Amino acid sequence: MPLYETVFIARQDIPAQEAEALAEKYSGIVSEHGGSVARREYWGLRTLAYRIKKNRKGHYTMFHLDAPAEAVSEMERNMRLDENILRYLTIRSDTLDDKPSIIMQGRVAREERTRHGKVDVRAQTAKSSINAPSSKTDDPEKADETIVKTSDEVKKSSINAPSSKTDDPEKADETIVKTSDEVKGESV
Amino acid sequence: MGTDIGSARSGSRTRRPFFRRQKSCPLSGQNAPKVDYKDVKLLQRFISERGKIVPSRITAVSAKKQRELARAIKRARYLALVPYLVK
Repeated sequence: MPLYETVFIARQDIPAQEAEALAEKYSGIVSEHGGSVARREYWGLRTLAYRIKKNRKGHYTMFHLDAPAEAVSEMERNMRLDENILRYLTIRSDTLDDKPSIIMQGRVAREERTRHGKVDVRAQTAKSSINAPSSKTDDPEKADETIVKTSDEVKKSSINAPSSKTDDPEKADETIVKTSDEVKGESV
Repeated sequence: MGTDIGSARSGSRTRRPFFRRQKSCPLSGQNAPKVDYKDVKLLQRFISERGKIVPSRITAVSAKKQRELARAIKRARYLALVPYLVK
């Protein structure tokens, strides 16, 4: 069976549990039609880059599917009918990696930081090694970005810099995700 | 003038008017990041402040990777991970 990756965005007004219930519902539809959900990720309430149907935020959920085409089209049909779903995107892919997606990795790293109060040294070295080849280019904006990536302290101090305009929405998003994480932790 | 050209040829760091350093693609190679529409941080590096996709002649991305990148950015835009335009 082909592999797919589906992301859908649910309305901001519904609580997180209901978003989970939606995910449950759609994974149920997939398995009913002979498919299976290899991985399910809830990315939390993220800020949308632009408004969709008057919503500024949305609950993001991602599926990794191993399902026949009929199951996927049935799931998509139901998503179209659902008022709570703002958008969905299904992409066929040749491979689905077992690791958490990059968005979840970011969230985990942030949780670690808040717990220990500092950046994991290994993670930092890994990041700097990734950025090393790109830092050769003489694009000033890019150079700035690499600095922003390598250390949190620099990131904070560069908020006032004019070049950090581009990643401001992301920053705002990060803080929101953090708060939602905290809320989640309390409810657990 | 003659000495200037000679020193440039010898490979030292002299300032010739249209000298362009050889740039290599930041997305090709062994430990280059994989282009993924979910990797907002990576995509953000190839998007202008206005929200446009930066041409490859500026970012030095190879043609193959630029196509991949453009597709990823458009997917990320659809999912509101990245803006269509910034005012």
